[in-house]
Amino acid sequence: MTATPSSARFVNIGERTNVTGSAKFKKLIMAGDYPAAIEVARQQVENGAQVIDVNMDEGLLDAVHAMTTYLKLIAAEPDIARVPVMVDSSKWEVIEAGLKCVSGKPIVNSISMKEGEEPFLAQARKCMAYGAAVVVMAFDETGQADTKERKVEICTRAYKLLTGIGFPPEDIIFDPNVFAVATGIEEHDRYALDFIEAVKEIREACPHVHFSGGLSNLSFSFRGNETVRRAMHSVFLYYAIPAGLDMAIVNAGQLDVYDQIDPALRDACEDVILMRRPDATERLIELAESFKGKSVAEEKAAEEWRGYPVAKRIEHALVKGLDAWIVEDTEEMRAATAEAGGRPIEVIEGPLMDGMNVVGDLFGSGKMFLPQVVKSARVMKKAVAHLIPFIEAEKDANSKAKGRIIMATVKGDVHDIGKNIVGVVLQCNGYEVIDLGVMVPWSKILDTAKEEQVDIIGLSGLITPSLDEMVTVAEEMQRAEMTIPLLIGGATTSKVHTALRIDPAYEGTVVHVLDASRAVGVASQLLSDTQAEGFKASVAIDYEKVRIAREGKGQSDLLPIADARANAFAPDFAQKAPAPVKPGLHVFEDWDLADLVETFDWTPFFRAWELAGTYPAILDDEVVGESARNLFADAKAMLEKIISEKWLAAKGVCAFWPAHREGDDVLLEDGTRLPFLRQQFKKSRGRANFCLSDFVDTENDWLGGFAVGIHGIDPHLERFKAGHDDYSDILLKALADRFAEAFAERLHQHVRTTLWGYAPDEQFTNEALIREEYRGIRPAPGYPACPDHSLKPILFDLLKATDNAGIVLTESQAMLPTAAVSGFYFAHPESQYFGVARIGRDQLEDYAGRRGVELQTAERWLRPNLD
Amino acid sequence: MSARESFFAEAAKRILITDGAFGTEIQNWKLAEEDYAGTLGLSHEQKGNNDILALTKPEVPEAIHRAYFEAGADIAETNTFSANRISQADYGAEHLVREINVASAQLARRLADEYQAKDGRPRFVAGAIGPTNKTLSLSPDVNDPGYREIDWDTLVDVYKEQAAALVEGGADFILIETVFDTLNAKAGIMAVKQLEADLGREVPIMLSMTLTDLSGRNLSGHTVEAFWHAVRHAKPVTVGLNCSFGATQLRPHVKALSEIADTLIMIYPNAGLPNELGAYDEMPDTTAGFVKEWAIAGQVNVLGGCCGSTPAHIAAMAKVVAGVEPRKVPVLEPVTRLAGLEPFIMAA
Repeated sequence: MTATPSSARFVNIGERTNVTGSAKFKKLIMAGDYPAAIEVARQQVENGAQVIDVNMDEGLLDAVHAMTTYLKLIAAEPDIARVPVMVDSSKWEVIEAGLKCVSGKPIVNSISMKEGEEPFLAQARKCMAYGAAVVVMAFDETGQADTKERKVEICTRAYKLLTGIGFPPEDIIFDPNVFAVATGIEEHDRYALDFIEAVKEIREACPHVHFSGGLSNLSFSFRGNETVRRAMHSVFLYYAIPAGLDMAIVNAGQLDVYDQIDPALRDACEDVILMRRPDATERLIELAESFKGKSVAEEKAAEEWRGYPVAKRIEHALVKGLDAWIVEDTEEMRAATAEAGGRPIEVIEGPLMDGMNVVGDLFGSGKMFLPQVVKSARVMKKAVAHLIPFIEAEKDANSKAKGRIIMATVKGDVHDIGKNIVGVVLQCNGYEVIDLGVMVPWSKILDTAKEEQVDIIGLSGLITPSLDEMVTVAEEMQRAEMTIPLLIGGATTSKVHTALRIDPAYEGTVVHVLDASRAVGVASQLLSDTQAEGFKASVAIDYEKVRIAREGKGQSDLLPIADARANAFAPDFAQKAPAPVKPGLHVFEDWDLADLVETFDWTPFFRAWELAGTYPAILDDEVVGESARNLFADAKAMLEKIISEKWLAAKGVCAFWPAHREGDDVLLEDGTRLPFLRQQFKKSRGRANFCLSDFVDTENDWLGGFAVGIHGIDPHLERFKAGHDDYSDILLKALADRFAEAFAERLHQHVRTTLWGYAPDEQFTNEALIREEYRGIRPAPGYPACPDHSLKPILFDLLKATDNAGIVLTESQAMLPTAAVSGFYFAHPESQYFGVARIGRDQLEDYAGRRGVELQTAERWLRPNLD
Repeated sequence: MSARESFFAEAAKRILITDGAFGTEIQNWKLAEEDYAGTLGLSHEQKGNNDILALTKPEVPEAIHRAYFEAGADIAETNTFSANRISQADYGAEHLVREINVASAQLARRLADEYQAKDGRPRFVAGAIGPTNKTLSLSPDVNDPGYREIDWDTLVDVYKEQAAALVEGGADFILIETVFDTLNAKAGIMAVKQLEADLGREVPIMLSMTLTDLSGRNLSGHTVEAFWHAVRHAKPVTVGLNCSFGATQLRPHVKALSEIADTLIMIYPNAGLPNELGAYDEMPDTTAGFVKEWAIAGQVNVLGGCCGSTPAHIAAMAKVVAGVEPRKVPVLEPVTRLAGLEPFIMAA
């Protein structure tokens, strides 16, 4: 086994969480101040304790209760719980109660043969069953081992007994008793030396065992003189460790480095411990006087973060889950906010939510785990609890809750952190929250909703089966003819699932709330007199879009094609576009590149470089902003060269043809038949089953087509390649793609305003163009509305695209040059993008007939749209 | 030969196959309330109580066990994940815990023996014990981190009742699976130790941890290594991972465990990650492709499937690992392996 960072030759066991060893800890436990007592453990771990010793042996304490309470609290502190625990008591019942609370592999401290072999072995068997290593005191029926001989005798006997019942020898830790030296009693002088020598001998006789000792006993006679005690401990370890001592109960923050001890003091300590001279004790006592009262290296170092600015301190506390100062810091933040004219709620919305967002991100990326998040939530609650009175006080006397909201984790699920955070945030914002807790059956949710006349129901869940349960709640709300909004949240929930499964089950509004920070915005809009209707409508549309985009991927039933056709979209053909101003074919040999740059949609450009965000905001993004700015500058510089040095040429063609609809086909005047596909999945709420042909009238209508390509890139790519300049290579390709897209957009605009001319007066900003706010669409073969790539050759023939725009098709209908776009123009104002998604066998067969191809061929091209 | 010995003997020859998911297979039967409830006359709705089918519709678990044996499984895991007093209380069926477990184990035993008689290849029955929905290490109340919904002694009794019934019905091993809380698992081990003392013979344990976050920890916060240190005293015939994520996400943790565990490694992942709709859609060949890598790397001894896996997944796994050398159990040096949430080793 190789040594890992978590392995060690010498183990520091924290002793400050021991009521017999620390007066401060004892005081805290006696007073029931467990939060402060937990901080003691945290400090020890931060100071380097690799195991923490917990001892509650105090006459006035219920030791079982104190031990179990403390161990359970530690389990909730990942910073502390990461290290093993030493369950320390002289009473077996306290040890066993402790073992029932410790989840890793602990050490029991201690058992011995004090009461004889049988009880000793019974306890050892239990330690094995609980999965614990054990400290064995050198103690037998006649008493504690003091001399070297007694230590060796008792330990070897215990070793034989334990290995005889199958106890793993490596899980045995002997404590051969460290006794006080320099007491003035002559018999005590050998104690340290006897210990060291006994360890050496036992190690020979008992393979694989370890040795431990309580150091504070050693220097007992120098109580009050910390400098001397520290020096004695360090010197003792310096000699005992090479002998075999490999763990010691010691305050890890209070050990001196052997080399840095005052030489005179060090020599005097060595004389005592190694019994180097008869007057060693007197000499040390004499010397000790001069070190009295010298307080040493302070414990403040660990508290560096307390010097941060207050907002940063709050974040630190949330991320680390430290609640010791959170009220103090929250108050400081609140006071500062008030000073600046702000409101207490801003402390929550600002620094506290910021901190929680950091926690959320760390959790999401696997850098934090659940217990830490729970802790952070607790810190959050404490901070909020402090703020609530201020928030209450701020409200005027007449103010009442903005609304009443039920929060519940659904039946079968116990996870409620997210739900609690949302609840807290809502409360902080003036909503009354009725928290029904976890594993709440739908009946209880509905009953409470009725009794309390709530305004909103919020459901949460973390595990996947909760998704189905949420659907059940929605169905039951529908059955109960409720109309109040239903909010959905939690880790496995998604907008997609909400839109596809929950929303259709309930006529009232269903909203997926992505995270706690969105909850208030959603609730306030839902309960607003002025915004509710608009918000509900926008959510409905949004979810319908999700359904359209997703359907076909799920297992939804398909309509027979005849039924789908019966539910075709029927636009108002009185509104159809007039005949083109300039019909026929239009060729553009060399569109002005500078003009196209004006129409660039930069967002996909950044996405191509895996920089997430929307242009132009991405340039100021905290995380990727700098990279985005640098990239943008490089792109601009290259654009300048592309244009001034004419690296690229934009060639395009478009045409308009008289056309009419015939079923799901569009028939051109020259007899060309363009068959299209129709959505076949079941639609809800009166939505039509769309087909592109729906946008064309059965007589006297027009259809357009276009193809654009960006030429001339290859010599430049070769140049970059020769110069091993991948960056420029990718940059140029990405810019060429932007040019092609911009050309398609710009040409479409030219078509609308001039060539077809049905919208001569339209005025759109580039942003509006990107959002496709204009009239008419330009769907491309191979994309969702028109998934059959094999329509491309027909389009290309109509446009003579290869001659006119220099674009060729590969056998799999990809376009060359790569930076190219082609498609149809539909001009009807009600035409819109949609996804055909999954189609049935019946439509496939029908389509193959209309296309005049073998069924197998049609099947091949439409595979992604089939089951 | 004891069950432990014959299992190790088989595992020395080849990579063994355990079965796949029951829950998703049962869903395919589209059972109605009356199918679940049978004639037991229980006061609560039984729909979703998969374990009770052993009493009310045993042909369902029988057909699933058969399908997995046909797919090549060497081990049948009893359909008893929730057949404990705590989980059954939700269905008002806590008084039937013994009956359900005995019947489930008898069913699996009968089929295992039947298939073994057919081709002479040993088949094993693992009595499955789930974690219950209560946790010994975590507080369900954010405001009171010291609170626990259940205590150790109660949980030990709950596990012991189930384990005793499974052994009575003929289970070879007790499989403590989907361990989200290491302390719950330790209570399960204690329960089996007590059962062994009562019966006066060994009841071999299998242990399977489930990870809840990508850093490789379970819900109680233990890393894979810390978990192993905390449960090694059970001397399990297998230790491993199940459920959690799909095979891809488990990969680093399988490797880590296989290096430190001086017993057989059993891994049965989900069929990928659930999609947005909560369904598993990883294809059998895909899952099999992932687990094959572990097999070839010498990291596993037993493979199978958890949520979303089907007999087709198991058959695909059995096919790809056939003939691949099983992992050799390493011999560890006797050093002290302690653990908090993280492992801690005291060098010798």
